[in-house]
Amino acid sequence: MNFKFCNKRISGVLAVVPANERSFVEEMKNYNFPEARSLKLKEVMGYDTHRMVQPNVCVSDLGVFALKNLFNRGLLKPEDIDALILVTQTPDYFMPPTSNVIQGKLNLKQDLLCLDISQGCAGYVIGLIQAFMLLEQDSVRKVVLLNADVLSRRTSPKDRNIYPLIGDAASVTVVERDPQESVIHASFKMDGVRHESLIIPAGGFKLPSTPDTAILVDVGDNNMRGQDHLCMDGSAVFNFVQVEVPQIIETVLASANATMDSVDWFLCHQPNRFMLEKLADKMKVPRSKMPSNVVGRFGNSGATTLPIAMAINLTEALKTGTQRACLAGFGVGLTWAAMLMQIGKLDFCDLIDYP
Amino acid sequence: MKSIPEILKEIRPEFDFTASSDFIGDGMLDSFDVVTLVSALDKNYSISIPGTDIVPENFQNVQTIEALLRKTGAKV
Repeated sequence: MNFKFCNKRISGVLAVVPANERSFVEEMKNYNFPEARSLKLKEVMGYDTHRMVQPNVCVSDLGVFALKNLFNRGLLKPEDIDALILVTQTPDYFMPPTSNVIQGKLNLKQDLLCLDISQGCAGYVIGLIQAFMLLEQDSVRKVVLLNADVLSRRTSPKDRNIYPLIGDAASVTVVERDPQESVIHASFKMDGVRHESLIIPAGGFKLPSTPDTAILVDVGDNNMRGQDHLCMDGSAVFNFVQVEVPQIIETVLASANATMDSVDWFLCHQPNRFMLEKLADKMKVPRSKMPSNVVGRFGNSGATTLPIAMAINLTEALKTGTQRACLAGFGVGLTWAAMLMQIGKLDFCDLIDYP
Repeated sequence: MKSIPEILKEIRPEFDFTASSDFIGDGMLDSFDVVTLVSALDKNYSISIPGTDIVPENFQNVQTIEALLRKTGAKV
């Protein structure tokens, strides 16, 4: 499905990562694999460190911290927010929506649309699409897109396929009308047939968590996980990305009459370095135009890897000028989405630690 | 330049890859070993195996790996 938006812009990006940093090398002893084999994987995938919350930290904690930081620095006024969109796979509760919890903790105005969206690694583009749609309304002038996840709390520490790459993070993206003439093109697709490719089997109403679902079992490849934990069909997801993502990027570029060369940056969700390098090669895009350095420093935190990629690679470029960026997200659902837009000049583009 | 069996042996030294015709089915390579193998083959042959070709059937045995390398333009 294709979308086109006029006169909308991102005015600021703040990424928040937990200060708690873990190292792949230190964690290798938790896995049922020879160290040499794990070290080879580290080199290929680009694993090094990742950031994880302490066990009691929730999405609302990260979100409140991020928004308070912007309020305290005078970069955002609480009363200016007309809609708060939270995209997360790890809400505080089944009910109420975590966006309402955040609204309450910050005493935000009642004349505010709070909206939770259950999306994962495509959730940055999906959230922006929702924000742009809301801005079509006269009563909505500023939207806060909050992406946040604490997936480490649902990941088995004895699962070498998943644990080393997972990170926790939050990001705030302020979206508003653009006085300049600007056009944004977006496209997304979803395929629920493949919904089991990325899944946490237990914990919902289909299979409630019990002591049994928490038990770690060998899933057949020396990895130990329970049904309470994130499970990924790595081969299926890898192939999905390589097949579908180039096509949807081509769709967005075609709708904008844009060429690959006209794009300054391909800012993709960050699953691991290997996958992104293969994606860049497949699209014949220079690897230098597609940053892949988020997982090795912070881990894969879902949708927030995209704003983190902006904050660690493009802060100065986006604060001082404009860049033509193609955003792409892909993951749970399965969902894949792309967006072509001008980003910058931003009021802020920072990365801070959550203590 | 290393041979394919030599590269396989570096990744999983505990297995005799000449004794199997189905590395995946026999549990000698998991999906992350395949990633490690692709990276090693890319370096060894100065190629970039397309991501869409990184599927289990291309890594079943030495012959399928050779076929993949030829398809990618490597001199095997």
